[in-house]
Amino acid sequence: MSSFQVRQGSLNIVDATKVAARGALFVTEARFRSMLKWVWLIISIAIANPVLYLISIGLGLGSYIDQNAGSAGVDGVSYLTFLAPALLATAAIQGALDESVYPTLEGFKWNKTFFSMNATPLSGNHIAMGVFFNSLIRTVFTAIFYWLVMLAFGVLESPRAWLAIFTAVMAGAAFGALMQALAGLLENENVFFTIIDRFIIMPLFLFSGTFYPLTNMPIFLQWIGWISPLWHATELGRWLTYGSEISTTMLFVHFIFLNSILIFGLFASRRIFTRRLGK
Amino acid sequence: MSQSLIHARGLTKKFGDFTAVNGIDFDVVKGESFGLLGPNGAGKSTAMRMIGATSQRTSGELTILDKDPEKFGPQIRAHLGVVPQQDNLDTQLSVTENLYIYGRYFGLNRKFLKGKIEELLAFAQLEEKRNAKVESLSGGMKRRLTIARALVSEPEILMLDEPTTGLDPQARHILWDRLFRLKEDGVTLLITTHFMDEAEQLCDRLVVMDKGSIMAEGSPAQLIKDYSTKEVLEVRFGSERNSQMANDLRQLCERIEELPDRILMYTEDGEELLERVYKKGFHPKTSLVRRSSLEDVFLRLTGRTLVD
Repeated sequence: MSSFQVRQGSLNIVDATKVAARGALFVTEARFRSMLKWVWLIISIAIANPVLYLISIGLGLGSYIDQNAGSAGVDGVSYLTFLAPALLATAAIQGALDESVYPTLEGFKWNKTFFSMNATPLSGNHIAMGVFFNSLIRTVFTAIFYWLVMLAFGVLESPRAWLAIFTAVMAGAAFGALMQALAGLLENENVFFTIIDRFIIMPLFLFSGTFYPLTNMPIFLQWIGWISPLWHATELGRWLTYGSEISTTMLFVHFIFLNSILIFGLFASRRIFTRRLGK
Repeated sequence: MSQSLIHARGLTKKFGDFTAVNGIDFDVVKGESFGLLGPNGAGKSTAMRMIGATSQRTSGELTILDKDPEKFGPQIRAHLGVVPQQDNLDTQLSVTENLYIYGRYFGLNRKFLKGKIEELLAFAQLEEKRNAKVESLSGGMKRRLTIARALVSEPEILMLDEPTTGLDPQARHILWDRLFRLKEDGVTLLITTHFMDEAEQLCDRLVVMDKGSIMAEGSPAQLIKDYSTKEVLEVRFGSERNSQMANDLRQLCERIEELPDRILMYTEDGEELLERVYKKGFHPKTSLVRRSSLEDVFLRLTGRTLVD
């Protein structure tokens, strides 16, 4: 008894050139399907995160700060307006990390799905880019949602405020790509999350000029902001949402810094993924 | 294209100082079912990863479908179906989704995959589980799904690394039946196993591997003929007396192998030998006459059993 109706054979049906050109999109498609399994959680986080933060810290703590700051405000605006662009960038980064770090650990270690992908015409480059593209989808979604909530809170003063979505996404993409590469190097993930959460994300969140201008920090702590994608995106976000003062040079510095990290992160991810799969 | 789909000469893989595969030679021709038999750590999986065009060789020649995997990895992998030793299904996704995304990795279009998935679900007897999450499947079902997944692209060569390890006897027999059908359909199979019965069931031809090298090559029947006798008499005297008895029994047959729990006596006629054992006044606690198997071939070649 034959099990298959008509066997054409892979030589007739598989086109390796097509996979070489579009492989990253096939990986994105698979990652996206996996992500959809958590769609309600993702939507809940995207709503709850901005609403809770903007109310509790922005409004709650903000009213206290605004009273003391008087008419000058913080950086010339209300505390909520000052804080919101930083939280927007933070949310974008968190969204990016969720979809780049966890899938990378899963793919190399937990389920070894990257090895099954690599047994097809797909290569390490396709897999690295596919994971990145999907994390970009999540990042864009998160940033747009956050931005809409900011709009509802009335903290978007500038007509070009919508561009802050892009700078937040840029920060998410840059940080996500970098951490994806790092996750790809990891043989043992047990201490990884502790290190990332407590020694990287938390300090960056606290020391990147998120809650007060970076210049309020002692000079010997300001470097944390300088190496943090969050600070660079926050500065751009403040300029875009309420027109905080910034020099043209610094605009370029922020922009170039974020994109350099992004390019480096992607390059490193591709290399690290390819190497690890070929061991 | 030449007759031989896989061609290896002096194929070697080293990890630092350790030589995992040590200069092996073999050819696999179209439509045959070829096995790598050996214990864990013999270098079978490493050889499979080189043939699977994911791990590069240290030295030697290797062509798959007439291409060098060092230069044409993706082009070769486009025509292979790989079943790894450890299932690496996407556990977040359903049975159908796993087949679908894997087909997409080969660039296959949705319309083709729709029909193909139905065929594969029937082949793997997973029609009723089509929407189940992979997490909820039994070990045997996961294994069948991994095999079905490897067939989604109608590969020229299906590579199975220890296909039935960890499965219960019933699940193994279902799987063997599925693989046998593929063989009948003309799919070239490359199988590694440390189960001699599996090798005997599925392989037209095989190589026996140990410590990275090939010890012997041939069909299962030929190997048994060359390296063993027709029958084997297994006797047990209890673990303390076995080694003492082995010396006394040695003169009664062609060859003897002493294992911790039993003595194997190689002969053309097991019943006749057992009679002679009794006549000499030896009384084993238990005795069993059986045909020689690949296990005996391996024991002869290496002095060790396949499963430690």
